[in-house]
Formats: sequence, structure tokens, C-alpha cells
Amino acid sequence: MSQFDEENGRRKLLKAGLVLGAAGLAAPSLIYTRNAWAANFRNDPAKAKTVMLGFNVPLTGAYADEGADELRAFKLAVKHLNGEGDGGMMKTFKPSQLKGNGILGKKVEYVSGDDQTKADAARASAKRMIEKDGVIMFSGCSSSAVAVATQALAQEMGIIYMVGLSHSNDTTMKDRRRYGFRHFFNAYMSGQALAPILQDEFGKDRQAYHLTADYTWGWTQEESIKNATEKLGWKTVKAVRTPLGAGDFSQYLTPVLNSGADVLILNHYGKDMVNSLTQAVQFGMRDKQVNGKRFEIVVPLYSRLMVQGAGDAAKGILGTANWHWTLKDEATKAFAKSFGAEYGFPPSQAAHTCYVQTLLYANACEMAGTFYPPEVIKTLEGFKFDGMGNGPTEYRAGDHQCMKDVLVMRGVQKPANKFSLLEVVKVVPRAQVDYPATMGGGELGPYQV
Amino acid sequence: MSARFEPGDVARKDNLLLMGFAAAVLTMPLWMQPFGAAYPDLLQRFAIFGIFAIGFNILFGLTGYLSFGHAAFLGVGSYTAVWAFKLLTVNVLPAIVFAMLVSGLFALAIGFVSLRRSGIYFSILTLAFAQMCYNLAYSVLTPITNGETSLQITRTDPRVLDTWISGASALIPATNLFGLEMKGYPGFYFCAALLIGAFYVAMRISRSPFGTMLRAIKSNQNRLNYTGVHTRPYALAAFVISGVYAGLAGGLLACTDPLAGAERMQWTASGEVVLMTILGGVGTLLGPFLGAVIIKFLENIFSAFNDQTLHSAFGFLPDGLENVVVQVTGLFVGEGWHLTLGALFMLLVIFLPGGVMEGVRRVGGLLQGLKAAPRAGVRRATPADSAASGE
Amino acid sequence: MDAAVLQLLNGLDKGGAYALIALGLTLIFGTLGVVNFAHGALFMIGGFCAVTTQKLLTLSKSVKDESVTFFDSYTKIPYLKLWWGETGERIIDYSVPLSILLAIPVMLLIGVAIERGLIRHFYRRTHADQILVTFGLAIVLQEIVKASFGANPIPMPAPAVVAGSAAVGSWIGLSDAVSYPWWRLVYFFFSVAVISAVFAFLRFTTFGMVVRAGMRDRETVGLFGIDIERRFTIVFGIAVVVAGLAGAMYTPILSPDYHMGMEFLVLSFVVVVVGGMGSLGGAVAAGFLLGILQSFASMNEVKSLIPGIDQIIIYLVAVAILLVRPRGLMGRAGVMET
Repeated sequence: MSQFDEENGRRKLLKAGLVLGAAGLAAPSLIYTRNAWAANFRNDPAKAKTVMLGFNVPLTGAYADEGADELRAFKLAVKHLNGEGDGGMMKTFKPSQLKGNGILGKKVEYVSGDDQTKADAARASAKRMIEKDGVIMFSGCSSSAVAVATQALAQEMGIIYMVGLSHSNDTTMKDRRRYGFRHFFNAYMSGQALAPILQDEFGKDRQAYHLTADYTWGWTQEESIKNATEKLGWKTVKAVRTPLGAGDFSQYLTPVLNSGADVLILNHYGKDMVNSLTQAVQFGMRDKQVNGKRFEIVVPLYSRLMVQGAGDAAKGILGTANWHWTLKDEATKAFAKSFGAEYGFPPSQAAHTCYVQTLLYANACEMAGTFYPPEVIKTLEGFKFDGMGNGPTEYRAGDHQCMKDVLVMRGVQKPANKFSLLEVVKVVPRAQVDYPATMGGGELGPYQV
Repeated sequence: MSARFEPGDVARKDNLLLMGFAAAVLTMPLWMQPFGAAYPDLLQRFAIFGIFAIGFNILFGLTGYLSFGHAAFLGVGSYTAVWAFKLLTVNVLPAIVFAMLVSGLFALAIGFVSLRRSGIYFSILTLAFAQMCYNLAYSVLTPITNGETSLQITRTDPRVLDTWISGASALIPATNLFGLEMKGYPGFYFCAALLIGAFYVAMRISRSPFGTMLRAIKSNQNRLNYTGVHTRPYALAAFVISGVYAGLAGGLLACTDPLAGAERMQWTASGEVVLMTILGGVGTLLGPFLGAVIIKFLENIFSAFNDQTLHSAFGFLPDGLENVVVQVTGLFVGEGWHLTLGALFMLLVIFLPGGVMEGVRRVGGLLQGLKAAPRAGVRRATPADSAASGE
Repeated sequence: MDAAVLQLLNGLDKGGAYALIALGLTLIFGTLGVVNFAHGALFMIGGFCAVTTQKLLTLSKSVKDESVTFFDSYTKIPYLKLWWGETGERIIDYSVPLSILLAIPVMLLIGVAIERGLIRHFYRRTHADQILVTFGLAIVLQEIVKASFGANPIPMPAPAVVAGSAAVGSWIGLSDAVSYPWWRLVYFFFSVAVISAVFAFLRFTTFGMVVRAGMRDRETVGLFGIDIERRFTIVFGIAVVVAGLAGAMYTPILSPDYHMGMEFLVLSFVVVVVGGMGSLGGAVAAGFLLGILQSFASMNEVKSLIPGIDQIIIYLVAVAILLVRPRGLMGRAGVMET
């Protein structure tokens, strides 16, 4: 490997020299060199026997556990792609051209990096993978800030980025990019899926109070849930912004008590969600009667790891998820079994989305018959598949968002074991959460960079 | 330092130091190869954070004022640069000039207020200002900073100058210096050139009467005040200069990678530059740059090791031993790279309180001692000595 | 009115935590002259004392869960429950308050070890060195906790008796809607108790007298032939215990994770400086003051007036106070000014 690196480095150095030389000349010669590069695209594995993938996940910071789980899933995916292990979802994924001999006959290798859940660090790590390790695709993340930042980088560098866990609308709306693909669902879909269930459970006449993490993701989720619930007749009493990482949310919770609201919606994620939910329950909100109704709390975006952190507070609380290991379809069973056998516990939804993304990319290369990014992208765009745990799914061409069913989940009252913390209330069909690809503006940009 | 030089001697030594530094920086793509750090992005970061730390050292190393909010100027520089790209042109020159100007103004305002206090009170004041900038940039000021998703160049930006010269572009243009794109190695050489310039300026400041005055502030500000010298304008000047350095670094971050996020201003980022400076050697010329290189190296290279790379690195060992070694080293790399960082801080400050530069000096002294064993009592100046004479 | 009462209560328990951490920091500043950046990490370690207590109390017998077929899953039944039935369950329920019993000796031990092994050698070093070495220590402590407990927050429920909320409103003749979580009230009184204990100790014991004298003038105390250094070890130990207790009891409010210390670190420094370097009373007063101000700044009425004020209020107050009162609320001249 080190030899490969050295060669790679030397080649880059040569290239650099070339550019430096060209700098003295007029601009046209520069354009010429650029075009010359386009023919053999960046990090083309060409004649190498292996192909390198990059997994950029948070290894430090608040999302380190999710990052670790994502990395586990990536490793598993690499194993399966190389024909090792039990194959997991490779067996259920269709239409699939994966053969279990790597990608296009090249053995898959990987590099990993720490995105620290910071846009800067994530881009630095991704650039290392691209410039030093020569990855042909990279994937992972547990925050929309990172997703949006690295997606833009992917476009600049001409390397495909398969987004990890990112729930903000922006990722595939305002900030969508040709080289970025998101399998995870988004805030808009959460709202569309959740609202009817909320109406069934809590009735039409409800007064909602939002606590929203004061940053872009929080805002988009607040807006999505607000619109969806208001359409069903709910009223929004107030939407209050809370600082990111406030830790103690009590000062934002106290005003809820006498605001006249009877539903509290927590647009928080990660540690913020764990804390605000625990604290809201401590404030006795779940034992209260307001306006003659039982007070309810809703957490629109759920993740098993967070539920684990919230403990008893999450019992009976409704929210949405992209996937859960207790689903009954064959693909989910195969993946949960494969992951469980490898690591001794079931995969999180973050792990699932990362695993699927890796397989999808590999399959697109096989179908396109090349690693050349524009061709791979064209193959992925509009690709319809099944057998990946989410039912029939489509990678939409217009915005690179995977359109699929959304799960509405509830915290289990009496968990059978420490991993069965959530139960599926309803699998909301795609038709109900669908929206036009043009929504939210943004443009994908060119195929060739 | 005890050694005394004639003025001409100092100038000659400085020239040598500058040339040595320039040569070392420019050849980094070669000699960083064995460390696995010879790729443009990391080299750019070395240069950029080197500038940041060298500038920080002008304030902290010379005057002794420990600012805990310098990341704010880095962030302001980045935001200004990206706005310059968006509004004027993707040529980097105006962006850098504006970044330095605006962060200099910020530094002037914050420094003017903060320098009314000294010691830890000063540190907390700067910290408070930086945290305010960070919190606001992430939330309320989103229209200006684009909040969580970071400020980026888009295709629809006005870019008045570019449009005026060459018409509207169909693509998102790349930042460039008169056509030379600031990606990859050209970007690095551009940053490196500015780093060398920044180093030169810092050296001149350190050697000037102004620098002497700053050092006097550090050694005993009260005495200066009693003798009727107003120290605050000098300290403020140092604060603004280091703010401009930070702005330059922030601007360069945006030039090589046109994106500006709020977390650049968080207190941890301010803490990082403090650590870089102390790690390398406070008050030395080379130290801050070395500290920046070490921390960025750890952050980017150590975090990237995983089982796979470790196994291939230790593959030559017998299987059982290999697994043990991989497990133990695994604690310190990959997701455990912070542990290495923490342990390194502790070890270094316990055993080498003057930072890496002191280590260099000690080794240098040892070598000199060996060479000139008969005259052990007389210590001859090494390049490191003259570099460290800023102390 | 209701809202104001609630925010005041809120500021009190928040302030209690700030005050406890700042108290320890100030003790270390004032006596040892050391800037301790590891103090937040010690708060976090306190939280994990509670986690450990819970883990110890819930040591369990594993029973294979046959309902899970893909991988081996076990249901765990704590031994305490097996042996003592309901009594055992009740003991487990009280693991957070019980963790104090573990936290005191453990934190004292950690404190003494850190002072003897590390801090002692940094009394005469620059503040920059102190910051770097204690920051390094903080990272190392964090990473050790992360390696052993994972990065995810761990839920720590308060005992069932105090899990709900108290009808504070009806006690003081306000509407019933004014209710406040029991545990937070417990935390407030707990913090007051700990603070009083520390003050009483320093005020009414000979040991405390010597320490206070040492805070004023270390050299003179040394001239009297008193081994001030040994006492400082104990003072450091006490400061660490206070941080640990603050952390352990805070866990039901904030699920502990390895990073929680860093979030409190900056804040506690601000509190200490606002209170006045080296002033114990100042630290406590500033802790409560900033807690209450933060609560009031988060009220919707205030936020609609000045957007974003809740995000910056603490820093804004710090700046204002430092500019008006150069040494904080109650600081003495000459402490930590160079």
C-alpha cells in the first residue's frame, strides 16, 4: 500500500509541477491541461487491482457512538462486496449486479477518517482521502452541516459522495449537488408521515408548542412539522428556538407549562434531544392534563442510540425513523443477522443507511461498467431498487433524494431487551410523503467538473 | 538569552534563519512524504495555521497577553473572504485584503475593550467576545453566515467584477489568483509564500524597538507605567497585528476551500491556537509554526488509522503479537487520537516546558557540548538559539 | 408572575451547579494559584461515579432472550433484585443519591493523586503551562471514560419519590400550573448544603483558618513553620470532591456523557471571573446570578425584544461586569493579574 501511495504522491507532485509551470503561461494553456485531466478522471483506479473507498465518520465528539456504528457498517459492506461473510443484503438487493468479487473485479479497500461533526474537519478529512489515499467514493456523516459541506467538496473535486445520516431538507433541496446522494429521509418526509398519525392519536384540535434547535436543521424540521400539522387543524402556540448544545433546557421548558399548549414538539437531535426529552418528562409534562386532554410530547426524528440515552423518558413517545432492525422483511432480517453476528448487537439506522449507500454505489459502478463518475451518477439517478430494508425505493434523478416509505415509531413501554427500544407504529407509504423534486430550489450542477 | 550579538551578526543570522525557513516550507511536499503528510490540503493547513499561530505569538509570546478568543478573527476573516468572492470576484487578492482589513477592525474594537484588563480577566473578556460571535453566527446571524450549513459560493452570486469582465459563468467558479486555481499544490505554494512573508514580518517585529517594547510589557508592565510609558497603545497594536494575521489565515482557509462555517470561531478553535503556540514554544519564532504542524498532523493523520492500516503496518510481527500491538496502538489512533493529543500535551509540558523549541535547543546544546567538549562552559549560538532569542 | 417565579427557581438549580463548579475552581485558584482546566472533566468523572454506582448495583445475571433470533441477546436481572426482591429494587432506584458514597472517596483519591502526581510540580510554572497540562489531563480523562463507557449519554433516573414535579405554585399561593421538578429542588438544596459545608469548614476549623491565611499570604504562613503544601493537597482534594458531587447529583438532569465537562468548563471560568478571582463568596454569588440571568434571558418576552440574547447573555454580563468592576464582583487586588 505504501508503495502505491508513494507512486501516487509522486504523480501528484508531477502534476503540481505542471500546473506551476503553466501558471506562468496564459490562461488558455490551463484550460487545456484541465481538459486533458478530464479524460482520465480523478483517482481513476485504472489498472490497479484494488479500489479505495473513504469512510468519513464522527469518531470524536457527541456523535462518536453513531460514527463508530457507521464505520462498523462500512466495514461489513466492504466485506460483503469482497465476497466475504454471509453477504447480508447482497442476497436480497435487486436489481443487483454485485458479484461478490469487489467492484468491477477490483478488491475493495477502505480508509477511514474523523469528521468531528464539524464542516471544516470533515472537509479536511475528505480531502485527505481524495488527495492522499486516492478514494473513488466517500461516504458517512452524522450531521447535515457536514453533509452539505462535504457534498459541495465532492462536487468541486469530482468524487462521488454518498451521504450518511443527514435529515435536513437542505441536503437535497437548497444545497443539492450532482455528486451527492442521500439515502436517508428528510424533515419534510418526517412531517408528512408523522402528522396523520399524530392526528389519529391525539385528535384534530391540538395546541402545539415547538422547541427548536436554533440552527438550519432545526428550522427546516420545525417548518415541515408545523406545516403538516397545521394543515390537519392543529394550532401552533409558539415556536421557540433553543441554543445548540444548551444542555439544560429547563428555562425553555418552564414557559411551556402555562402557555396553554397541550403538545410539545422537540425539534432536537442528538444530545439536545436526550436532554430536552428527559427534562420535559421531569417537569411532569407527561402526567399533565391541559385543555381537558392528556399532554403529549413528540420527537419528530428518532434514533435508537438517542432513545438509549433518554431511557425511560422515551417510552410511548412518537417519532419517525428511516429504518429499524425489527422490521419484518427479508432484507432487514438478513442485514440485522449479518451485523449482529459480526458485532454482537443490532445495527442502528445510521449503520443501515451507510451500508446501503456503499452497496448502491458499488452496484451503480457495476451497472455503468466504469468508475467514471458522470456515468455512475447517471446510473444512480432514477435507479429503482428493492430488498434493502425500505421496500421499493427510488433514487430520484431530480434531487438525488431516495424516495421510500417512512417509519413512524414509538418508544416501547416494556422493552424485551436493551435494543428493542422502539416499535414500528406504521410504515407510511412513499406516496404520502412524496413531493416534487423541484421543491426547495437548488440545482444539482454539472456532471463533469 | 545570554548570548550577545553585534547588530550585523543578528541580521546575518536572521537572514539565514529566514532562508532556512523558506527552504524548509517550500520543500515540504518532498520531505513530508515519509510522514504521509505530503498532500496539498494538509500542507495548506500547515501553512495557514502556521500563519495563525505565528500571529498569535506576536501577542501572546511578546506581550504575555493570553487571548482566548482569537478564533473569532479567523472566522471573521473567512466570512469576509467568502463574501468578497460572492459579491466581487473569485480572485483571491481582494478577498485576502478585505479579510485582513475587516478582522483587523474587529480586533481593534475587541482589543480596545479587552485590553482594559489584564491577566486572566483579559483572557475571559476575549473568550466572551469570541463565544458571542460564534453563538450569533450559528443562529441569529444566519442570513449573513448561513449558519449551520456554512457560507458557500453559489452560481447565482452577483460577483460584480467577474461578471463585468467576463460575463456570467455557467459553473460555480473556482477561487483563483489571476487564473491560477487555488486548489492543490498551487494553493499550497500561495499559502507558503504568504507564510514566509508572515514569518519575515513577525521576525522584523520581534527585532524592532516596537518588539522590545512589547517584551517589556510582558516582563513588567507596572514598571513601564510608572516610568510614564503608556503601554496600552503598544499592546493594542500587537493585538490588532495578531488579529490581522488571524484574518489572513481565515481568508486563506476560504481561498483554498471556499466555505466558511461558524465552528471556526468556537472556543475550542481559540484554544487550539493557544496550544499550538505553547506546544511549539511560546515567544520563539519557529515554535508556533512547529506546534501548528504537529497538531494538524495528529488531527489529520492519526485520526485516519484504523485496524486495517494498523494490521498492514504491523503485519511483519507474529500473529499473536500483532494482534496485541494493534489493540494497544489502536487506543491511541483512529477514534482515540484525542488521547494521543492529551497525553502529548501532558508529556511535553512536564518534560519540555518550553515546547518543542526547547527540545531542539537542548539537543542542539548537547551536540555542541559534545563537539566542543573542552570548552563545555561556553555555549555557542545555534540557529535555534537565535530563533528563541525572542524570549 | 407565574413565569417569573418559575424562571427564578430555574435559575437557582442551574446556578447551584455553576456555583459548585466555580467554588472548586476558586479554591484551587485561590490557594494553589493553579488554573485548572481539568475541572470540567472532574465534574464529568463525578457523573460517571453515579453511572458506576448504578452499574455496580445492577450487576446482573444474564438470561438468554429467546425472542431475538439473529444474534445472542440477553435479558439482565440484577442480583439485588434476585436476592432481596423489592428492597433490592428500591436500592437500585436510589443509585444516584447513593453514588455520593462512592463519589466522595473516589474523587478524594483522584484529587490527591492529581495534586501529588501532577499539579504540585506546576505551582511555580506559568499559567500557560498549567493550562496546557491540565487541558491535556482533561482530554486524557475524557478519552478514558469514552473508551470504557462509550460516547453515548447514559440515562440516570432520579429516585421514583422525587421523579415527578412539585406543586410549588400552591405552596406560595400561586396557580397550580406552577410546578417544578422535585429533583431540581433537591439539587438546589444539595448545592446549598455543600457550599455551606465548605464555608463552615474553612471558617470554623483550624485547618480552614490556615488555608484561608494561606490564600492571603502563603509565604508568611510558611514562615510560621506550617506545612502549607500538605494542606493544599487536601484543599485540592476537597475541590475535586465538590466538583464530583456536583456532577454525580446532576446526572438525572443531564444524562452524563464523556464530553459534558468541556461544556461546563468555559462557563465555570466565566463564573469564577465574574465572581472575582480568589473570592469564594464571589464564585457562589456569580454562579447563582448568572444562572438566574440566563433563565430570565430565555423568556420569550425578552427574546422577542432582543433576538439571540439567550445565547450570549452570560458573556455579555461577564464583559459588562469586568468593565465596570475590574476584579469581578468580589475579587481582591493582585490575584491572577499577571
